[in-house]
Amino acid sequence: MIAIARLTIGEAARRRILWVLVLLAILAVALTGWGIDRLVSFARASETSELTIQLGVSQILIFIAFQFSFVLAMTAAFLGAPAIANDIESGIALALLARPIRRSSYLLGRWLGHAVVLVTYGAGSALMAILVVSRVSGYTPPSILGPLAYLATEGLVVLSLSLLLSTRLPPIGAGAISVVVYGLSWATGAIERVGIAIAAHNPGVNLEIIGQVGRAILPTDGLWRGVIYGLEPGIIVAAAAGNPLAEANPFFATTPPTLGFLVWTGVWMILVLSLAAYSLRRREL
Amino acid sequence: MTNEPGLVIDVADLRKRYGRVQALAGLSMTVRPGEIFGFLGPNGAGKTTAVKLLLGLARPTAGRGTVLGQPLGDREARRRIGYLPELFRFQPWLRAREVLNLHADLIGMPQTGRARAFDEVLELVGLSERGDTSVSGFSKGMQQRLGLGVALVGDPALVILDEPTSALDPIGRMDVRGILRTARDRGAAVLLNSHLLTEVEQVCDRLAIVDKGAVIAEGSLAEVLGAHETRIRVEGLEPGGMALLDRFGPTRFDGRDLFIKDLPAAEVPDVVATLVASGVRVHEVASGRESLEARFLELVRGNRPESVA
Repeated sequence: MIAIARLTIGEAARRRILWVLVLLAILAVALTGWGIDRLVSFARASETSELTIQLGVSQILIFIAFQFSFVLAMTAAFLGAPAIANDIESGIALALLARPIRRSSYLLGRWLGHAVVLVTYGAGSALMAILVVSRVSGYTPPSILGPLAYLATEGLVVLSLSLLLSTRLPPIGAGAISVVVYGLSWATGAIERVGIAIAAHNPGVNLEIIGQVGRAILPTDGLWRGVIYGLEPGIIVAAAAGNPLAEANPFFATTPPTLGFLVWTGVWMILVLSLAAYSLRRREL
Repeated sequence: MTNEPGLVIDVADLRKRYGRVQALAGLSMTVRPGEIFGFLGPNGAGKTTAVKLLLGLARPTAGRGTVLGQPLGDREARRRIGYLPELFRFQPWLRAREVLNLHADLIGMPQTGRARAFDEVLELVGLSERGDTSVSGFSKGMQQRLGLGVALVGDPALVILDEPTSALDPIGRMDVRGILRTARDRGAAVLLNSHLLTEVEQVCDRLAIVDKGAVIAEGSLAEVLGAHETRIRVEGLEPGGMALLDRFGPTRFDGRDLFIKDLPAAEVPDVVATLVASGVRVHEVASGRESLEARFLELVRGNRPESVA
């Protein structure tokens, strides 16, 4: 498994697209840092309250995190989708899997290698953004590790799904389906939150089930809520708690992910990877 | 299965169906230690399917077998098998030595002595100057040589080569014959899956001919080729004249050459004298076995009544 993971990391490091993404992430952080610096300077010059500045900066930070989250999910999908399918199509898998290696070890090696790349890229980019924003604006989110962990886990969830699909589908199909399911998860979460806002005036409306189904299929949206929650100023969260309009904002979270949801995310990943291992074991080469 | 002890490959009535296609229809064969075994057959005969079953890359629909004394696809047995697939591809960004190292990792080869083992393997397959070249810079023939090297890493007890010379020129093919003999001399059994008859004829100790997913002939080259045949190029032989030769053994005439099976060398002058006495002109006499190509065609055509018609 370690040999395959090492091979996978080497393979990813030789992909130009990954280095382009890293450069783009640095560029995005630099531009945002510059923009926030200007914004905060103007705001302070016009004597805007520090709380308002913190709220504004935190929202910009959440937008940056959203961009990273999206790019990370796409990267995960397009790293994972060809990981198995390309090896099988090209014949590389024949030479590898004829060796005394379990197919599950091969799959987990592929997962682990890509996971290292994704976590380094995703968490690294986000940490860089948080530190730069903190330096230029003075706003440091209440939690740094939490949002980074949620963001990285989001990438790992999409990676697991795309690897599962890669055991049976060609790369394009596996990648496209992973992206669509990721989009659906986000959309079901958004619908659920709009439902909360509507329910404030129409008690009969309950769209919670849509969000629950979305999170059950792919827990990325719930993890995204965790990223948001960790990046917001605590005082704003406390003020907005219970306000249905705040709940409806897709870039605002009044509560962190529940323990039950985090357990489900772990179970989901184990289930999906087990299914992927089973699917690959049953696959004839 | 024969259950003969020490067999490297022992399979009985192996069957494999892909949907409606019966890829293997009761394959039985045995390969012994230290022999080069030719696995011959026309395209689509089921050769590659059989290899995949032996390696556990696909599962049989029915039948049993052992490889190196273990059930098909056994992991520990696979540690001692080197394999060059027909569709050979290696990670293009790796150097030749890194490819060998990856496979050494996968079979759990000790770190000590690897460098020297890789030097030997690269030398054997003719890539000693290219060990630090990326696979992306390799021609197809060089990649196939590297594939042979990969199959030989770790001194396997069984080397399975699926069409190992498909990308090689005549010099490369000759080199491969040398490589196969070296592997055999080191004690490995070699399963050579090929449809290149001359290759098999020159290097194999035993062979099996497969058609329609089953073995239709198996044994040493002499056993598969069967009888000796004496060929006599003649002119002026009338159909009725064949009767004169009945006492020498079974004969056939293709209009130009006359063939007599199992004719003792001592009787060749008598046959020539009989022919000359009956007014037939004799141009050439050659004694030997039927070529593998002729025998192969005979067997495959005999197995396919529709093609005879």
